[in-house]
Amino acid sequence: MTEHNIRNFSINFGPQHPAAHGVLRLVLELDGEVVERVDPHIGLLHRGTEKLIEHKTYLQATPYFDRLDYVAPMNQEHAFCLAIEKLAGIEVPRRAQLIRTLFCEIGRLLSHLLNVTTQAMDVGALTPPLWGFEEREKLMIFYERASGARLHANYFRPGGVHQDLPPALIDDIEAFCDPFLQVVDDLDNLVMANRIFKQRNVDIGIVSVDEAMAWGFSGVMVRGSGIPWDLRKSQPYEAYEEMEFDIPVGKNGDTYDRQVIRMEEMRESVKIMKQCCTKLREPAGQGPIASLDGKFAPPPRREMKRSMEALIHHFKLYTEGFHVPEGEVYAAVEAPKGEFGVYLVSDGTNKPYRCKIRAPGFAHLQAMDWMCRGHLLADVSCVLGTLDIVFGEVDR
Amino acid sequence: MEAITTNGITLRRTVAAAQGETALRAMGERIAGALGPAVTDWTIAHGELSVTVQGSDIVYALTYLRDDPACAFRCFIDICGVDYPQRARRFDVVYHLLSLRHNMRVRVKVQTDAATPVPSAIPVFPAANWYERETYDLYGILFSGHPDLRRLLTDYGFEGHPLRKDFPLTGFVEVRYDQDEARVVYEPVKLTQEFRNFDFLSPWEGTDYVLPGDEKTSS
Repeated sequence: MTEHNIRNFSINFGPQHPAAHGVLRLVLELDGEVVERVDPHIGLLHRGTEKLIEHKTYLQATPYFDRLDYVAPMNQEHAFCLAIEKLAGIEVPRRAQLIRTLFCEIGRLLSHLLNVTTQAMDVGALTPPLWGFEEREKLMIFYERASGARLHANYFRPGGVHQDLPPALIDDIEAFCDPFLQVVDDLDNLVMANRIFKQRNVDIGIVSVDEAMAWGFSGVMVRGSGIPWDLRKSQPYEAYEEMEFDIPVGKNGDTYDRQVIRMEEMRESVKIMKQCCTKLREPAGQGPIASLDGKFAPPPRREMKRSMEALIHHFKLYTEGFHVPEGEVYAAVEAPKGEFGVYLVSDGTNKPYRCKIRAPGFAHLQAMDWMCRGHLLADVSCVLGTLDIVFGEVDR
Repeated sequence: MEAITTNGITLRRTVAAAQGETALRAMGERIAGALGPAVTDWTIAHGELSVTVQGSDIVYALTYLRDDPACAFRCFIDICGVDYPQRARRFDVVYHLLSLRHNMRVRVKVQTDAATPVPSAIPVFPAANWYERETYDLYGILFSGHPDLRRLLTDYGFEGHPLRKDFPLTGFVEVRYDQDEARVVYEPVKLTQEFRNFDFLSPWEGTDYVLPGDEKTSS
């Protein structure tokens, strides 16, 4: 038998590929159908967010955060607002905290719904995204009713939120919760119990505890490996301390576990949302929705018409913007995809000196190489799906 | 530290800010004591511990922070650069680490300039790979011992380091699709209107420049 000249086979996966979840170019080196090496090329959606933020006032910079992880926009804004508040020492009123908590959980539902269902699509199921997107649509209407925008909300502001929630919206969000749990159960039966879904996901992309920590994983990616770590519990911010919810933790650290955790987290999020709605109606949940310090949060419109001081504050806030004391902070939130952090350096002026965005997806995508090695080509899209990548935040 | 139980699994968290402050102070003293001359400065501000380390000792410092059981900063969070052009060593490389065991974060800073490489942190935290590539891409900070120091976020063949303070916001090159050549062409940036950057600072407080026109009044 003559010896054949066998060489590895390199292919491009993306940048235009339906399972690439955006503009990702993967250079795959294959030995037959087995993946030998993965080299992700990112940056195709790089918009220079961090550079732009350095040239905008703090208030003008918040909308850029919507455009990072555009699947759960408000969670991103939240980290930036927390960083500013930490640096400037602003207190957020309780009602604003409850509203923020409520909308962070809506964001988590938005993100997990998209991820679980599209990951199922990556491994061959077609129906789940249709079911999931129906629910996402309802949630986006809540976004719209609160902020005026379905996607790029710009609703969380330093010191609070932009507008108060109308009572009808709180009722409607609460009315959404229980039927939604039924949908989650249906999805559970449709996807998680499915034989093909199990065949494609169980024992794929296993992450050990040590690997998860050394590779900078966070969120579902560490919980899937069995580490009970959630910033909402361990370093509580806003109103999470008073909420009752559990942290689902995986056993095997494989793709299937992570998807089950995401399903479970949706149920926990609904629990938190219900508690928020109840607390928002209580007398203790009433009050201002933004800091009363006129130097940071704009006054209500009706006050502007009567008070000269309020008018001046409004004018100064929307031209010069507020000044943030010199210093540096790192503020992190438990975004749906993991730890979303903002490292903010201020030089005391009205613009951030440096704003580093620590996106969870960036650390996760980096792991594609070792997570895919030895797997088959078909598993690449499965692993990519479970990493929960959104290119807005990876490329920034 | 207080323990809270969820799902039968115990999570620890820092209870009060005051106690957190003492814990941070103890941690800072411990790190400064153990690393000795490698640590040039450490501070606690806004409830966060930041340690400044000699550039050449960064791998040693990170290894200590990861492996010492009293620190156990095993979780890698972030590496980024910051540019201070007025300084002699203009760049800061900032490392963020997290300890799940002590529920504590630490920030490690290293000063460097455009010519001096910082030892790569990949042997300690493999995740440093992309973060260092990004820092190199955006600031031009070099990392010695990095296996693959390519650009990461910017375009193929991009020149310059966009997050440096002396890099203009508009950049130098713009791209468009050329119908005749049937490909994307690169051209120098043409601004139809002069680039305007308003700082909106109050002229009575905060500005240190002369407003246009004011030079006439003084003469």
